Amino acid sequence: MNQIIALIRVFSYLSILTVGGGLAAFPEMKVLTVDVHKWLTFPQLIHLYSMGQIAPGPNMMMIVSIGEWAAGIPGAIVVLIAFFGPTALLAFYVGRLWVKLEKWPWRNSIQRGLSPVAIGLLLAGCLSLARGAVSGWVTLAIAGAVLLILLRSKINPAFLVLAGAVAGGLAFYRP
Amino acid sequence: MSDVSAKPALESSSPAAPASGDISVVSIFLEFLLIGATSFGGGVVAYLRSGLVIKRGWVDDQKFVEYLAISQTLPGLNATNMAVLVGDRLRGFFGALAAIVAICLPGAVLMLIAGALYQSHGDKPLVTAMLRGVAAAAVGLILATTIQLGKKSLAHVYDLIFVGLTVFGVDRLHQSVPRVLIAVGILAILWYHPRKFREVSQ
Repeated sequence: MNQIIALIRVFSYLSILTVGGGLAAFPEMKVLTVDVHKWLTFPQLIHLYSMGQIAPGPNMMMIVSIGEWAAGIPGAIVVLIAFFGPTALLAFYVGRLWVKLEKWPWRNSIQRGLSPVAIGLLLAGCLSLARGAVSGWVTLAIAGAVLLILLRSKINPAFLVLAGAVAGGLAFYRP
Repeated sequence: MSDVSAKPALESSSPAAPASGDISVVSIFLEFLLIGATSFGGGVVAYLRSGLVIKRGWVDDQKFVEYLAISQTLPGLNATNMAVLVGDRLRGFFGALAAIVAICLPGAVLMLIAGALYQSHGDKPLVTAMLRGVAAAAVGLILATTIQLGKKSLAHVYDLIFVGLTVFGVDRLHQSVPRVLIAVGILAILWYHPRKFREVSQ
């Protein structure tokens, strides 16, 4: 029961940090799930997050795995509601209000001002993830190759992540 | 079924009236379930557009872009915020609920299974080796996504300063995200205050 309450607190807090994308909550997610509550290790968090990039749908569904590990299926359900509930309600009510505020001059200022902050939060998330995932030239080469290919083509990223799995297997597997 | 009159007060007060009365909660659920199950490789927004705007014609492009701007400004993932906004427009509260549950369901079930498999096989040498590659590829992917978003929304040098301040606050000063968000966010909103905004955007 204590775990369930902790899961609700952590993931409803993380929910409101996802400005610009789920990645914005990553640095705080690392601190809370790994350092504070020890539901998983940092490498495990990175692995789950990366696997989540292949899964269809909103790209933070990996939180389900954390909930399940910490408190079984109830944990998974609770995490889903805690993580998606607060922002969904906010989108629902603010969405209705926002349409009404079309003529409010500060509306554009807020939209305009928050976009560079959102990009900054995403970049900070990138850095936090990269620190755990990129070490040595092989991983750097994989990350760099994926980045360049995506910036230059319209290939589905899921294929590149799968290609990364193959490359990782070939480079690091020692039977 | 007299859809319009049967709706609770909450829905009829919505400024975004349903585009058409014949879109049922079930068909909203099924369409978002399909999008949730097929949108591999991130970029759910592109899948949403092809499903909702092109295939179904439930919202037009102008409305879609407006919802996207709201989704990006508010906390929450773009995909789930879009689901809530479009679902609300089509069928009020229950449309929004059906849309967000449906878009999350396939990925959630998949990650539940993947997480369990990872827990039982994650320490096998081949799996560990492959996951190192997956994690590295994910870094490339999210960096590419961030750069593409940045290209679209960063227009001025000041934007880069706000980006830099945010990264510095979270990554170097180890401030919590809400603190940085409030501090730099207020600074940036004030910088783009209504009068200034007109000057800059011209």
